[in-house]
Amino acid sequence: MAIKERLSGNEAVANAMRQINPDVMPAYPITPSTEIPQYFTTFVSNGQVDTVFVPVESEHSAMSACIGSEAAGARTITATSSAGLALMWEVLNVAASDRLPICLALVNRALSGPININCDHSDAMGARNTGWIQLFAENNQEAYDNMVQAYRIAEHPDVMLPIIVCQDGFITSHAVENITLLEDQVVKDFVGEYEPEHYLLKDGESIAYGPYAVTNYVMEARRAQMQGLRNAKQVCIDIGKEFGQISGREYGLFEEYRMEDAEYAMVIMGSAAGTAKDAVDALRDKGVKAGILKIRLFRPFPAEEIAEALKDVKYLAIMDRTEDFETNCGPLGSEIKSALFNKNLRPLTLNYCYGLGGRDVTVESLTSVFEDLFEVEKTGDLGEVYRYLSVRE
Amino acid sequence: MKDLIEIRWHGRGGQGAKTAALLLADVAFGTGMYVQGFPEYGPERMGAPITAYNRLSANPIRVHSNIYEPDYVVVVDETLLDSVGVTDGLKEDGAIVINTAKPKEEIIPKLKGYQGRVYTIDARKISIEALGKYFPNSPMLAAIVKVTGVMDEEKFLESMRKSYNHKFASRPEVIEGNMKALFLALEEVH
Amino acid sequence: MASDITRLGVDVKWQDLTLGCTIVGRGTSESFNTGEWRTDTPLFILEKCKQCLLCAPACPDSAIPVENGKRGEFDLDHCKGCGICEKACPFDAIKMLKGER
Repeated sequence: MAIKERLSGNEAVANAMRQINPDVMPAYPITPSTEIPQYFTTFVSNGQVDTVFVPVESEHSAMSACIGSEAAGARTITATSSAGLALMWEVLNVAASDRLPICLALVNRALSGPININCDHSDAMGARNTGWIQLFAENNQEAYDNMVQAYRIAEHPDVMLPIIVCQDGFITSHAVENITLLEDQVVKDFVGEYEPEHYLLKDGESIAYGPYAVTNYVMEARRAQMQGLRNAKQVCIDIGKEFGQISGREYGLFEEYRMEDAEYAMVIMGSAAGTAKDAVDALRDKGVKAGILKIRLFRPFPAEEIAEALKDVKYLAIMDRTEDFETNCGPLGSEIKSALFNKNLRPLTLNYCYGLGGRDVTVESLTSVFEDLFEVEKTGDLGEVYRYLSVRE
Repeated sequence: MKDLIEIRWHGRGGQGAKTAALLLADVAFGTGMYVQGFPEYGPERMGAPITAYNRLSANPIRVHSNIYEPDYVVVVDETLLDSVGVTDGLKEDGAIVINTAKPKEEIIPKLKGYQGRVYTIDARKISIEALGKYFPNSPMLAAIVKVTGVMDEEKFLESMRKSYNHKFASRPEVIEGNMKALFLALEEVH
Repeated sequence: MASDITRLGVDVKWQDLTLGCTIVGRGTSESFNTGEWRTDTPLFILEKCKQCLLCAPACPDSAIPVENGKRGEFDLDHCKGCGICEKACPFDAIKMLKGER
């Protein structure tokens, strides 16, 4: 029996963690993810989980403790935001290259500066090439569902890589919304026990993690690691289907909303995707063939599948909730354009930077993006291909 | 009732406007609605003007923006009327509910020509009478429930009693006071 | 297998690397003959040795075996000829033979 509830995104993710009952949680609190370790330590104190909570002195230490703990054979979890993830950066790479399936709940918040506590994706984007799997969520329900699926993807023998489960800071983390939870036992059965083949504390066996590799081995090591990440795509599809069987909510690599005959499409991630759906509905009511492609799995990037989904689109807007200082596009813009290029697809494409530092994203502002596409259609001129949405100028 | 009701709360940090918005989401959820309750976050401190929002609907809610054209506005602290544009975007067929001891005639001139319905309630008096302390939260919550008609009053009271029983499990003596504040507010908002 | 270290070597393919370059098993450095690198070779002079055992822990390559409280002959498969043992010995019981393998 599904449980109908109303929870904030942080409560939802903390509850998924309670149901997963991981072995160890090293964490250092930071806004807006603070509530996750806060709720979770309550579960620890109340004896609702068996998890060992490790208070640490920084996020670098938190991730380092995660690595030690996971290598020892313990299912390990943590949570952070913004500068916290940035401070983990060095060790994020180690966690991935050591093939340790740690789970990290990321509540997306702007990186400094200027210093700001509100939502954008610059923290996740800053860590997008550290070898971690990255899942994004539109709302509390998806954040919860992704957390329940996270270990199944990360710990899969074909993958064995750490995973970041993202949600938008404050917009979903602190907003109370309706949510349907699974029963504790259903989650427990779905997630299962963590039984790695080898680990530091395995009785009667020795193992060394993270040995030095001379030049002769590094390319092969990276190639092998890349394969694990590439494999995560199929595993993500399989687990998303299996999750559908226990919840009625099936997940894939991305969601196509009214894309069946779409000529105008927007690619977007996170909470703004819901707002974009309302914008598309209004456009559809006026007879405009508009659609949304909402990315769920950002790493590994499902390039071929996305190019296939966009093959009939004539006018495309790609929405980046970060300023990556690439100066001619954002990270999503660069990924999508590269995916299309490889398939000889050339829709007229605009790339937008939007929603930085919590800048509100409205039905009106996203509708204006489609209006820009209409203008491109009318004039045949793309104009500035990398634009800012809702910036004062 | 409209399919979607959007409410904006204005208060000062520490007065519980955010908590009231979350409580409203809670009780509306209890009656089977789809809800959103969320504050607008910044580096606010005690006394600084804050905004919180509610969306209540019979259908799933997907939009994740702030609310610029609310159906209803709740002003938890009347001193905000001089500094914050509380009626900005407020729909003329909606209403504003203001916590004040003053007569409406004194308040209306501060509403920048707002033509819709104006309700007042003396949440301070009610709170002091019912609880002996000033917590404007509960009276303002009851007032907005009454004004919006978003749910049946009996159902609202029943749901709030459950919520208080849970919230004040260790201090049962304050439950009746809070319930009394709700009763009085339902009667006195006008 | 993701933990099979027998395939590790200079020609290993990426498919045969162990998971995360982990090394499952103990004492695996023994199969690497660092003795190949030696240009000077220590000579153990048994009659001068007092079995004080100061040399054994000083050896960076564990190339001085100790059994029943007494050291034995050098393990020349692993001795790199660094000469630290010669300096550690208070009784001139170790002499480095320069340029000898």
